Amino acid sequence: MLKAKKTLVIGLIAAMTMTVALTGCGNDTVSENNENGLSGTVVIAGSTSVQPLSEELADAFMDKYPDVTVEVQGGGSGQGIKSIEQAIADFGALSRPVKEEEKASVRTETIIAKDGVAVVVNPDCSVKDLTLEQIQKIYTGEIKNWKELGGDDAEIVVVTREEGSGTRGAFTEITKVLTKDENGNEIDQTISQAIVQPSTGAVKQTVATTPNSIGYVSLGALDETVTAVAVEGVAPSSETVVDGTYKISRPFIYVTGTDISKAAQVYVDFVMSEEGQSIVAEEFIPVK
Amino acid sequence: MKSYEKVIEKIILICAILSTLSVGLITVFIFHSGLPVLKDYGVLSFIFGMDWKPTNGQYGIFPLILGTLSVTFGALIIGIPTGIACAVFLVEILPSNIAKIFKSAVELLAGIPSVVYGFFGLAVLVPAIRTYFLPIYQIFRPEATTTGFSILAGAIILAIMILPTVVSISENSLAAVPHEYREASLALGANKRETIVKVLIPAAKSGILSSVILGMGRAIGETMAVLLITGNMPVAPKSMLDSVATLTGTIAMEMSYATPTHQSALFAVGIVLFVIIMLLNILAQLMMKRMGGGQ
Repeated sequence: MLKAKKTLVIGLIAAMTMTVALTGCGNDTVSENNENGLSGTVVIAGSTSVQPLSEELADAFMDKYPDVTVEVQGGGSGQGIKSIEQAIADFGALSRPVKEEEKASVRTETIIAKDGVAVVVNPDCSVKDLTLEQIQKIYTGEIKNWKELGGDDAEIVVVTREEGSGTRGAFTEITKVLTKDENGNEIDQTISQAIVQPSTGAVKQTVATTPNSIGYVSLGALDETVTAVAVEGVAPSSETVVDGTYKISRPFIYVTGTDISKAAQVYVDFVMSEEGQSIVAEEFIPVK
Repeated sequence: MKSYEKVIEKIILICAILSTLSVGLITVFIFHSGLPVLKDYGVLSFIFGMDWKPTNGQYGIFPLILGTLSVTFGALIIGIPTGIACAVFLVEILPSNIAKIFKSAVELLAGIPSVVYGFFGLAVLVPAIRTYFLPIYQIFRPEATTTGFSILAGAIILAIMILPTVVSISENSLAAVPHEYREASLALGANKRETIVKVLIPAAKSGILSSVILGMGRAIGETMAVLLITGNMPVAPKSMLDSVATLTGTIAMEMSYATPTHQSALFAVGIVLFVIIMLLNILAQLMMKRMGGGQ
């Protein structure tokens, strides 16, 4: 009787151990299937404006392919070109088109997203169309009154974002409010008599309620409380940004210099897939 | 019994050490992060520099200091008389059962999140200053213009925010004045107004002063509400209708995307704020000692 009990216990233990071992094996096989044997490291370096988006995409990618490590580094668009020249990164990230003199070191370029900034005015404002030069002059304080732009005789209330904001970076760069001195240091010439608001929502609220005010918000946040002006005659929308006719927009580009690894190819395919582009659409304008 | 008490004593000791230690750690951290910029940029050009343009490498915070001080003192000028008058009214004039309703209403003000005050200011106060206050102001200074984002807007919102502090502490200290004082004053033939102004308020002086100090601390450190309504223009203000940037607002606004040097400069702004608050506290305590000595 006692012996029978002992055998039973040992049998049970053996069975349990086997089950655990088998389950363990099973798990291994499944995860190997998931990865398709893909592993390695993908390095992306370059524009700090693309960096947050690349990080989002990299996180989603690494969830899908746990054995691939995607490293995202900053440094600026120029650094993006340099790192593919020196082959220290798989992708260079740029937040501007590739320049003529850089074309030699770039083998492929993939536009992964577009970033657009809408210039908005108070709904009562009669000026509905501005040129890039006029916008630059408003923000550097050269034009101070709406009548110089064919509007009412009223002082322009300039609203801007805080220093370091990505939207401010894109806006000042494209409108050339941000220039470089002879040493290559960036100089932001936004007038100090500008109201600074810390978020897109606060800028919208300010422009919506303050007469004669002008501000800018990222295209995704545009709504009917404010009036978006046409820039160089083109109204801002996803379509005009994607086809390039709306000027205050910039492409986010991945460039490569040499043949890329399989992991890097799968990564860029992921970025351009529906799943990747839906991550882009959370904050920027998808290209597909 | 005795060992039981010893354990409790140790626990209390640990609590006391923890609160002191956290002050110490925060101080060390702020100074450690901010000092490099102060050293490279120069303390004097940092504090008295007139241009705050981090992208261009200019870190002059004098306009920010002026902004913080003007908004804070504006709030005190509006908030303290209102708060003390409210406290006197609640304790001396209103029957106590009705006073209870008023009192809980004032205390409810303390429970409103500051970002709500900020949005209220942005949606109501800022347009109101532009449309209603500006025409009145222009009678005296016809050339004045304002967008509404101003020292005045910040001061009014902060005054409302410090009211609960000022009212409840002043009210407690007024209520603590011994009843004999009132009786003696009235018996000497003083009327109610004279009793309040000449006897009760002087007797409750130290409590009222500490309410003012606490209110000032709240006003100078408040960030979110002020951030939304003062316009954040780092320019030295010329009138109460000009926009200003405050020390706290600038830190909160720019910290998230700042480059390493910029971030360090923001910590240095924190050091300056820290020193200003300490100086004001010391000053207020000295004042309290001198004025409260007679009690």
